Amino acid sequence: MSIAGFEVEVDRGRGLETEEMTLNMGPQHPSTHGVLRFVVKADGEIMRRAIPDVGYLHRSIEKISEKVGYHGFMPYTDRVDYVAAMFCNQGWGMVTEKLADIEVPKRGEYCRVIAAELNRISSHLLSVGTMILDIGAITPFFHAFREREKINDLLEELCGARLTYNYMRIGGVAWDLPPGYEEKVLAFLSQFDRMLEEYDDLVTSNKLFRARCSGVAAISPADAAAYNLVGPNLRACGVRYDVRRDEPYSVYPELEFDVPVGTGSAGAVGDSFDRYLVRILEIKESIKILRQCFQQIPDGPVVAKVPRKLKPPAGDVQIRVESARGDMSWYAVSDGSEFPYRCKVRTGSFAAMGMIEELSKGLMLADLVTVIASLDIVAPEVDR
Amino acid sequence: MEAAEIHAALRDKFSDKISATDEAAKDPSAVVDGAAIREICAFLRDDERLRFDVLNNQTGVDYKAEGYIEVVYHLYSYEYRHGVVLKARANRDEPVLPSVEEVWKAANWLEREIYDLLGVKFLDHTDLRRLLMPEDWVGYPLRKDFVEPEEYHGISTTRESLLR
Repeated sequence: MSIAGFEVEVDRGRGLETEEMTLNMGPQHPSTHGVLRFVVKADGEIMRRAIPDVGYLHRSIEKISEKVGYHGFMPYTDRVDYVAAMFCNQGWGMVTEKLADIEVPKRGEYCRVIAAELNRISSHLLSVGTMILDIGAITPFFHAFREREKINDLLEELCGARLTYNYMRIGGVAWDLPPGYEEKVLAFLSQFDRMLEEYDDLVTSNKLFRARCSGVAAISPADAAAYNLVGPNLRACGVRYDVRRDEPYSVYPELEFDVPVGTGSAGAVGDSFDRYLVRILEIKESIKILRQCFQQIPDGPVVAKVPRKLKPPAGDVQIRVESARGDMSWYAVSDGSEFPYRCKVRTGSFAAMGMIEELSKGLMLADLVTVIASLDIVAPEVDR
Repeated sequence: MEAAEIHAALRDKFSDKISATDEAAKDPSAVVDGAAIREICAFLRDDERLRFDVLNNQTGVDYKAEGYIEVVYHLYSYEYRHGVVLKARANRDEPVLPSVEEVWKAANWLEREIYDLLGVKFLDHTDLRRLLMPEDWVGYPLRKDFVEPEEYHGISTTRESLLR
């Protein structure tokens, strides 16, 4: 066609598309929970794709393991995922115990599970609290963090630290439960039950929250498997798989708990709302596990006798731990010396982060925040 | 399926490409021909008795003395709840392996990480860039002979020790 005497080519097939815009989100952005960056290619408000740029928190933790020895590496594992450090402790403990054939005393295993489940609750509280904060509501965040502080206090009493616990040792845990710990935890749990109801009323049935999450970035079980999505993110897609139940470790076979999965109650199965809801349901399961632990915990030592200079026989092993962010896979190689030859940890956030570019295609720009928050990505866990 | 049965199924299909299997180890594993890794993985994923639908972990180990880099694949099946470990070896001087991204999308980032830290090149990978290290970084940090550079863009990497 011609406009004002000039020939203009109009491509009618493209509809209302406009010029592609490149936006930068991060590395310092309130919703990225750590330092990570996205390069967003957007067409107006529709994202064509969001390309993650990670590595800002790369602290070469795997390389450090080769220099500090088996016992010395334990405090470093805290920094893999500082929101749920107990699981990293447990993972490193378990992989070394498998390498060196060490058996953890029963009481030590129960102490580990108690610490880990408390940590799972606090990590899920952080996840759901910040998710709704990112979506735009402030109050529930304070409710979640108020309870999380109480768990931090409990964990501080257990091991002296609030985030980087360094509680577990190869062969067990560092300290037995302090006196009166059972009463304190049970008292916390009974008031926490009521708080969860309050949280449900405030958030789960909230119309605006549902509108922002329902149907956003729904993932099919096949895609979840292809991208190796794990943990609550996988279960939200309807796959009933939990390492604690399906590849049991520690004392989980002696404990009864359900594995909640996403049902699509707000829209589609595997959408952001399902990922939120699965975490809330998992908190309830963790409470169940904790109550059982205190009923069943036997007396005895909490840590096995392990030589100071640990030299596991040469070989390579892998173990899997159900961390708060899902199946955390530890792989360690020993060459028979007192230093690990190689250690690798594949974390839940790493897999989830690798999927964002695919998930972001065609979403609204504002939904990117929802997706990151609902996948519960913790940046240091991606970079290590 | 037990590891021995899975290894037998592998040997039936790719007799000459499976160089060793170890069932006695804590984690049974099979050492396979690196050049055929993609076909082997596709077979493991699609075979009805096996159905390895997940690449649970993929990583590399630098065996400097032996002269190769070993890439380790931990596969898992949600359907049958069994797992298998594959090991593919690549020459240390110029490590090249086919990418398994086509088989499992998760390999995209895992292989980028291995490329970044160990320098293994994956053929037919759609986006083989460094993942964690800066793009202009020289060398592969997880190699056993890696020497940390003195400085990076004028920023010193060493500090005077406070311990005397």
